[in-house]
Amino acid sequence: MKLLKNLAAATLALAVSAGAASAGMKLKIGTEGAYPPFNFKDASGQLKGFDIDIAKALCAQMKADCSFVAQDWDGIIPALLAKKYDAIIASMSITDERKKKVDFTDKYYSTPAKFVVDKKSGIKDVSAAGLKGKTIGAQGSTIHSNFLEEKYKGSTIKLYKTQDEVNADLAAGRLDALLADSAVMLEWLKKKDGSCCAFTGPDFNDPKYFGVGAGIAVRKGEGKLRDELNKAIKAILANGTYKKINDKYFPFSVY
Amino acid sequence: MDVDLWIKYGPKMLTGLVVTLQLVSVSLFIGALISLPIAMARLSKNKLARGASFAYVYFFRGSPLLAQVFLVYFGSGQLRYPLTDLGLWWFFRDAWYCVILVFSLNTAAYQAEILRGAIGSVAAGQMEAAKSLGLGKLVTFFRVIFPQALISALRPYGNEVILMIKGSAIASVVTIFDLMGASKLAFSRTFDFEVYFIAALMYLIVVEIIRISWEMMDRRLTRHLRPLSEQ
Repeated sequence: MKLLKNLAAATLALAVSAGAASAGMKLKIGTEGAYPPFNFKDASGQLKGFDIDIAKALCAQMKADCSFVAQDWDGIIPALLAKKYDAIIASMSITDERKKKVDFTDKYYSTPAKFVVDKKSGIKDVSAAGLKGKTIGAQGSTIHSNFLEEKYKGSTIKLYKTQDEVNADLAAGRLDALLADSAVMLEWLKKKDGSCCAFTGPDFNDPKYFGVGAGIAVRKGEGKLRDELNKAIKAILANGTYKKINDKYFPFSVY
Repeated sequence: MDVDLWIKYGPKMLTGLVVTLQLVSVSLFIGALISLPIAMARLSKNKLARGASFAYVYFFRGSPLLAQVFLVYFGSGQLRYPLTDLGLWWFFRDAWYCVILVFSLNTAAYQAEILRGAIGSVAAGQMEAAKSLGLGKLVTFFRVIFPQALISALRPYGNEVILMIKGSAIASVVTIFDLMGASKLAFSRTFDFEVYFIAALMYLIVVEIIRISWEMMDRRLTRHLRPLSEQ
């Protein structure tokens, strides 16, 4: 009981000091934590990555008190709608399909999708005709899986919970190809596991399927939060913070 | 749910239901075949057989089915080259085979325990009576003990079938479009929770059919135990 009281007192003190330090805005941010290098958990379980650094920079800019919630990708929009958090900063592409459910800020980065194929498969043509009869993998509930579902009807599509699982099955030879974000795959292809495989074919960025870059999702009707986030994105782009974070992760601009 | 959605994903969910039923029935059948020797080993006087079968049952009942599926599917993926050398990779490459393997081994452990308990529940006097009639060991087992054991095994078997149907949703995590996998796909495009409600309803209907058939089988098999007036 005493412990409980102490804990309560400590929490209260913490809450008061935090409230005093910030302008009072508290923001819970949902992210996946399984999408390196954009968002992932390090060995100690801490969330890290480009998305997380951007989120922290935006919070500092808005003088908001932010905390993070890790949420599996396929439940990330439902959990936002259920008010488990207030914004999604998790490399979510801004698509019309998602706009039916949530509102987006302006993009904070944009990288094209690309196919990665097993080098031994000899696949050169990654069009729907070229990959007919082949097995293609993607993470479920993504622009990539939606695109494959619509356009590659002659191929066997396999969907996975995380990008890591898709990569593992490509390396294991269960997949002939995968479709994913090029910046994410670049990181993986540099690793030992990724030595099996290589980028093939052009960049895919048809806005109808791939959206107009990654944005921050907020619930509909939260225009004030969205405007604040947009202002903050502009500010960190202008003051060099964005470039610093960009260069920490990528040798090229992802904006 | 709006009609377009139903037209697009309804057939996929029905196909998924068929996949679920195939997965469960194949696994239950293979599991039943494996469970008989395991149950015999559990009841054996041989220490080694008893120890090994206990370890088998202990492992498969004591760890989560999800973990077993992950272990076999992604674990074998890491062992691609050794498995290729052994000529086994074609089997482990296929998600369907991996899942059938794990489900069969898993349900075999449960079924073996059901059998063991049921065989143990047959009165010792039955064995003695058969002996005194001069019946051989095999005949005694298959004609006297086993049929009576199956009566008491029937209800726990029904539970196992139902648990397998629900547990088979785990197949969806390794890319199989069973009922759960198809529902997830539909949900990911629509964010409409009704999809999961309908999936649950489909599972419920299947389970209810199993329950009713078991009720009927039970009545039929135990009719000799009821008074004449109720038969």
